[in-house]
Amino acid sequence: MSEGISQPDKPENLPGEGTDLFSKFDGIIQMREGLLASGVEDPFNLVMEKVLSPTRAICNGRDTILLGTYNYMGMTFDPDVIDAGKQALADYGTGTTGSRVLNGTYQGHKECEDALKEFYDFDHAMVFSTGYLANLGIISTIAGKGDYIILDIDSHASIWDGCAMGNAEVVPFKHNDIEAMEKRLKRVPEGAGKLVILEGVYSMLGDVAPLKEMVAIAKKHGAMVLVDEAHSMGFIGENGRGVVEDAGVIDDVDFIIGTFSKSVGTVGGFCVSNHPKFEIMRLVSRPYVFTASLPPSVVATAATSIRKLQNAGNKRGHLWENSRRLHKGLTDLGFQLGTEQCESAIVAVIMPDLEQGAMMWEALLKEGLYVNLARPPATPANMTLLRCSLCAEHSDEEVGTILGMFERAGKTIGII
Amino acid sequence: MDRAAVDTKIRELIAPFNKKGVELKDETTFANDLEFDSLTVMDFVAEIEDEFDIIISMNQQAEIENFGQLIDAVSKLQD
Repeated sequence: MSEGISQPDKPENLPGEGTDLFSKFDGIIQMREGLLASGVEDPFNLVMEKVLSPTRAICNGRDTILLGTYNYMGMTFDPDVIDAGKQALADYGTGTTGSRVLNGTYQGHKECEDALKEFYDFDHAMVFSTGYLANLGIISTIAGKGDYIILDIDSHASIWDGCAMGNAEVVPFKHNDIEAMEKRLKRVPEGAGKLVILEGVYSMLGDVAPLKEMVAIAKKHGAMVLVDEAHSMGFIGENGRGVVEDAGVIDDVDFIIGTFSKSVGTVGGFCVSNHPKFEIMRLVSRPYVFTASLPPSVVATAATSIRKLQNAGNKRGHLWENSRRLHKGLTDLGFQLGTEQCESAIVAVIMPDLEQGAMMWEALLKEGLYVNLARPPATPANMTLLRCSLCAEHSDEEVGTILGMFERAGKTIGII
Repeated sequence: MDRAAVDTKIRELIAPFNKKGVELKDETTFANDLEFDSLTVMDFVAEIEDEFDIIISMNQQAEIENFGQLIDAVSKLQD
């Protein structure tokens, strides 16, 4: 008999037993369990069993008004858009099964990029598989080791991840603080590459950046400027090109990043630019190269939707009416909002804490209203927010109904 | 400014953020001992950057865990 057989093949008491790579999530697991133990419906596990229109769905069995979908222009059920998708599905099949640089560029992808070039009046457009990948793909590729990225501290996760992936020196400044931005730009070492990253509309509070001043300062200091206009496309600016257009600085920005998953009503991301060497991005941007391209039906719906958004003046007007009315109505009811004036189609209602926020969210859901519950760490200053985003397809009557729901729920929970 | 002067100045700047009056030694950590959250870190770093007219990038911040490392980094950066 071998001696070895009686030896245990590993120590019986491992140091740190009971912990593994998942132990780092214990805090968030506890927070979630604590929240659900109070008996509220899980705010992060909602199922829409049926979607009736851009503004209505059956959620957890209830007929619900949707007020937290970023479906700003209500394009998801547009008959022309749906027809284009059906046709592409029939003509080109369900998917490309390939990268944009290999077998994944179809006629539809080029047409979609042409629609973007026309929409923004820019020389180049590049379509990515999601908005997240667009930020990741452009930022990580152009700003590398030794370059400096100066960005707003409240930037979206996709921007932060793009910064980290590229290994550039990352220098954040206080949210929307023009002076703090300029101070940091001045301190960048002589000769280093500089990229300033801003957003048109910040999605948490729905506030707009002072782009006129910020873009001018960035240019004065020789920086390239990238603006994420995910939450403005289609309804801010004369042609719906975003806050850059509204602020009169669209010709001074080097890159506009956007998404198809909000106003356009499908999924995908893009970057438009006038840089003469921009097309090289298609070969050097890893998040563009190493992922499958969008299905033909998706780019067909996106292209059709973008072209319709170019001439959507009436819808734009109605979206602004809805947004201003909800903002004023909630203010009058006594809710605390993320911005004093209505600056975008996002109206953020500030909750006293996560527990009351979750109770209010559930009370609204039972009334038949869906909003986004946003909690730390995704929120600025550790706030709990009920984020509402308006749609051009919400009727006047629906906005009235929504205000009534907020009033009843707010009084029941004791927030107003 | 030598290391001692940097130390004195940063002790001044940290005071409003050190709400519990934790004693500051070189090995005092920002995350655990001083319980700085990300927002506090941002405001504190901005104060130091403005005072010394330097940039402490997020990449550099990731390497700075305790008070002593901060004094060393700022001493080096302002040269």
